Amino acid sequence: MSQISDRPDSASKPVPENAVAARNVSKNYGDVEALRDLSLDFPRGQLTSLLGPSGCGKTTLLKIIAGLLEPSSGEILVNGELVDGPGPDRAFVFQDFALLPWASVIRNVAFGLELRGVAKSEREAIAERYIKDVGLAGFENSFPHELSGGMRQRVGLARALSVDAQVLLMDEPFSAVDEQTRRKFQEDLLNLVANENKTFIFVTHSIEEAVYVSDQIAILLPRPSRVSEIIRPSGIRGKGADSIRRDPEYLDIVDRIWASLRSYVE
Amino acid sequence: MKLFGYTLPGMSSLILWGLLWEIVGRLDVTFFVPPLSEVVSTLISVIGTPAFLKALYETAYAFFAGVFFAVFIGIPTGILMGKSRLLDELLLPWVNMFLSAPLTALVPVLMVLFGFGMKAIIITTTLFAIWIIILNSRAGVLQINRSLVEMARSFGASPLDAFFKIYFWAALPEILGGVRIGVIRAVKGVIIGQLLISIVGFGALFELYANNFLMSHFWAVLIVLFALAFTISESLSYLERRVSYYAAKR
Ligand SMILES: Nc1ncnc2c1ncn2[C@@H]1O[C@H](COP(=O)(O)OP(=O)(O)OP(=O)(O)O)[C@@H](O)[C@H]1O
Ligand SMILES: [Mg+2]
Repeated sequence: MSQISDRPDSASKPVPENAVAARNVSKNYGDVEALRDLSLDFPRGQLTSLLGPSGCGKTTLLKIIAGLLEPSSGEILVNGELVDGPGPDRAFVFQDFALLPWASVIRNVAFGLELRGVAKSEREAIAERYIKDVGLAGFENSFPHELSGGMRQRVGLARALSVDAQVLLMDEPFSAVDEQTRRKFQEDLLNLVANENKTFIFVTHSIEEAVYVSDQIAILLPRPSRVSEIIRPSGIRGKGADSIRRDPEYLDIVDRIWASLRSYVE
Repeated sequence: MKLFGYTLPGMSSLILWGLLWEIVGRLDVTFFVPPLSEVVSTLISVIGTPAFLKALYETAYAFFAGVFFAVFIGIPTGILMGKSRLLDELLLPWVNMFLSAPLTALVPVLMVLFGFGMKAIIITTTLFAIWIIILNSRAGVLQINRSLVEMARSFGASPLDAFFKIYFWAALPEILGGVRIGVIRAVKGVIIGQLLISIVGFGALFELYANNFLMSHFWAVLIVLFALAFTISESLSYLERRVSYYAAKR
């Protein structure tokens, strides 16, 4: 009996409201102080954007959450547990896609599962489903160099989705695709947030994009970076994907964010 | 190449050089160059003889053993050097030194260390081939897209996974290039070894023919050697082309 009380059952533990929490995170690269004492909560099932001037440490924060970088001080909690490296509860979508150029689409999508030791037939079945979900059915056996930028990022997205992590970390995932594809991606992302019960952390340079897709926008100031403001565009969230861009509240928030960021842009 | 509107098959310029050789040989300019036709007929008569087959076997054995060690030591060493700054600083000066060192001068030392047999020849062959393989594998790893490595880590790759599933494949175009040049150097190594260490294999044949002024025999064996080296090098560049589709886009 004592064994059971020693190890608390994870199901009976209260699930924290925030899927991810950054607590007093600082990060120095040598003399460069990228983040200073940054704290931020990421509510479960919602999309939080990190928005800020170039070089303010957005990628740094995302990589610390991913466990790819160690913070100089402070800590990251995922579901209340301390992060000390990459884990199956988080998946990363890369700005430059990071696809294996020597592997077919299906192997790329299944690569996360392959690294986790899932059997080939099983992981390919899962991969096939997500390839279909992101609209790439028929391209399973193509290679990355045969795809357009937008299609490549769909592969990157399918790879992140197929490991079924609770937290998706996206570093400017749409910045390398063209404007029209980007709009389509943004709409797809809204559906994804609504349908998958996942927490999204999304880095972007675009104020419009952040307001369009986010439940919560964290505005970071230039180095050493901390959160200066949190904006929740809650009024426009319930509206249909196509009417958001015409909504007065949407336009107001875009203006407000620009007003607070413009002084940092030369 | 095109001639009068016809596309000539690859290497048809060799025909021209062969003709030139035949003419120079017929003119009796020097005993050193017998006509090509004579060399070819000698080649045909020599190629099935036990002496030739024995030489071929001894040479091939030393060559493949030497290349085997060069590849299976060289590639991992190069990849690890590309991955680890410390290892790189420790080994790079030596690799660079041996790459450009006159290795032939080292052969007597190898004889003292490893005796006058096959072992010393194999080691000579490996020493000729390995440095460029190490250096190219290292260069291949250094140009890897960092985000591929981060991607693998973020999905939980162990260091071993990263080695075999990322580093090796990402560096493969450079590695194959290194192996190709290494193999060509190994041909040099194995013949020099056979001439200097113990007179066996093709080395022994060269020695025998040259000392007895059997020039058409000499050339015949040389042609066989060139053809073998060329075939191996071409099959490796075929493999290189197979992976070149992603070499530019890593
Ligand atoms: N490996 C590194 N070594 C030294 N300094 C670094 C390193 N990585 C980032 N930095 C510095 O840390 C700061 C934050 O970098 P980071 O990449 O996180 O910014 P960012 O907000 O993602 O910028 P961008 O919007 O341009 O992508 C920058 O000033 C950068 O110069
Ligand atoms: Mg960045």
